[in-house]
Amino acid sequence: MAEYAVTLEQLSVGYHGKPLIEKIEFAVKPGEIYVLIGPNGAGKSTILKTITKQLKPLGGTIYVKNRNMTTMSENEVAKSMSMVTTQRLSTELMTCRDMVATGRYPYTGRFGILGAKDKEIVSRIMEKFQIAHLADKDFMELSDGQKQRVMLARAFCQEPQILVLDEPTSFLDIRYKVELLSIIREFAREEQIAVIMSLHELEFARRIADYVLCVKGDCIANKGTVAEIFQGNLIAELYGIEGCYDGVTGQVELAAKKGEPVCFVIGGAGSGLPIYHALQRQGIPFAAGVLHENDVEYGTAKALASVLFVEKAFQPVSEENYKKACEEIRKCQYVIGAVKQFGVCNEANRKLYELARELGKLDEESMKN
Amino acid sequence: MKRVVISIAGSLGLLLFLLWLNVNTGSVDLSISEIYQIIIHKTGDETAYRIVWDIRLPRILAAMILGGALSVSGFLLQTFFRNPIAGPFVLGISSGAKLLVAVSMILMLQKGRHMSSWGLIFVAFLGSLMTMGFVLLLSLKMTHMSVLVVCGIMVGYICTAITDFMVTFADDSNIVNLHNWSQGSFAGMTWDNVKVMAVLVAITVLLSFFLAKPIGAYHLGENYARNMGVSIKVLRVALILLSSVLSGCVTAFAGPISFVGIAVPHLMKMAMKSAKPIFLIPGCFLGGAVVTLFSDFVARTVFAPVELSISTVTAIFLVPVVIYMMLVTRRSFE
Repeated sequence: MAEYAVTLEQLSVGYHGKPLIEKIEFAVKPGEIYVLIGPNGAGKSTILKTITKQLKPLGGTIYVKNRNMTTMSENEVAKSMSMVTTQRLSTELMTCRDMVATGRYPYTGRFGILGAKDKEIVSRIMEKFQIAHLADKDFMELSDGQKQRVMLARAFCQEPQILVLDEPTSFLDIRYKVELLSIIREFAREEQIAVIMSLHELEFARRIADYVLCVKGDCIANKGTVAEIFQGNLIAELYGIEGCYDGVTGQVELAAKKGEPVCFVIGGAGSGLPIYHALQRQGIPFAAGVLHENDVEYGTAKALASVLFVEKAFQPVSEENYKKACEEIRKCQYVIGAVKQFGVCNEANRKLYELARELGKLDEESMKN
Repeated sequence: MKRVVISIAGSLGLLLFLLWLNVNTGSVDLSISEIYQIIIHKTGDETAYRIVWDIRLPRILAAMILGGALSVSGFLLQTFFRNPIAGPFVLGISSGAKLLVAVSMILMLQKGRHMSSWGLIFVAFLGSLMTMGFVLLLSLKMTHMSVLVVCGIMVGYICTAITDFMVTFADDSNIVNLHNWSQGSFAGMTWDNVKVMAVLVAITVLLSFFLAKPIGAYHLGENYARNMGVSIKVLRVALILLSSVLSGCVTAFAGPISFVGIAVPHLMKMAMKSAKPIFLIPGCFLGGAVVTLFSDFVARTVFAPVELSISTVTAIFLVPVVIYMMLVTRRSFE
């Protein structure tokens, strides 16, 4: 247990004595990032609040290093764990430096006066976070992105072994999100801090996390490494978006109108993507094929097409598949030939293309678009 | 930091000036040399000596001590409620203290006894705590801070109404004093009173000063404060007790005094350009002393020999400050 910075053992969390999620177990090593994902209101914040002592655990134990957190004094906890919340602060006459310096609170004496070492740490961290130029600016005058950066600097000033972040990227635009998460990753690694954070953005969770905990309302649906969680259907099931989410690429599709196909798209290698999306926007049910399982557009086609003809990766299209596709083309009103290059593996698609031309169903107009 | 030093020095300077002005002004004119003789060498004309030592000095010291206490109490309440316009007067706490003091005074007078200074303070403290408790209960139900203040004002009105009712129908010659007191006044302070309040206020303000660090953390909100290692429950209880002792003490001796508790902390923040409690707590005490001493000076001199109630004066000078502050900090009410 000693090698873990924080360990949750059979932890039950909830409000007013009513457990929301029970028997949560995970542990984080120094330098690792553990990300909590899950739908809104699933209890990510409840877990984080319990870890940071804002809520009382309804059962189980939290160990910091190998000490039971309930046996630690408030000051000891403060020295080992810091946090950043989503809560928007309103401060009064407080400069950025003041704000970052509040991180030194557990280390200062009775009157909270900063020593030389504290000041040096504050300056060093502000330098590292590239907020030194904001030092004397009033905290309230900063942009949301700058504020969040300052709050993060503040949290690191506390020199924690554990950092808890509740959706640190909310309210930020994409540039600040990328910057903030990059800093967190870098600092976690360099300073060997164990990070526990909740994130809304799956694509970022996938990039920053070492381990992922899937929180689903009343239980922990799954936990594991990023690779384990971001494969197959786990994410789609967690959020209840089966069919719209592609576990391999992380792409999300809006719901498409399904039904008897009006149109057949012969795609491949990404050529069909704009056509699938155009048909989806116009609400036209379509068939697509023949696609290989490793094709870039496979996930999208699978989500959007009403009928999809699929072939195993790297295999030539089977006779059976080809015949079914021919039938489908005969039923459809028109055909769009998106793919322009044919090779050994998609020879069948060239034949489908020829068939469509013979039937006079080839829609040249939409192919140009 | 520079502003802090200037503000503290400025307040001290003003305080000394007001001290001199107050000792020097009144129904009997005294020259500077006379006053010097009386205060330093304790010699001089018997009447003048009595006036300075028995009437003016206790009153001046009481105004300073209680004014300081009031604004520190206001600062603590603003911290507790996270509301820039919280204060012992607007939250009805002063009026609650007043009610309980009036009731017990009348009961004691009927038995032909007087209450000691300590007894008065204790009763006022209880009154403060009671109204504070009531306002706290309301604050659990009401998330909107401005509504809370409105409720506090209502509670204050009820308490004042009951007090007035009792004062009106209590038949005793001493009730004249009671009437003056219930309007807020520093008249008739004795050295005994001053000693008691000095000890009590000194201890309470010093304790508040020792809480400067957790109070500063608390300004970032409960969650961050807890994360910094502040034990929130202890701090909250301390804030309630300290502010109740302070406002109770003020009410016991001088009756309800309006707006000093709200306005002075804000004035000092503006002057110091800092909201750090470690500067603000001593700053508030000094500022409160200056403002109250000045107000008392105005109250007893402008329409002399008629004396205004102290709240009349503080309201005139400080309400504009409060309104300005509400305009500036509008956002925190939304």
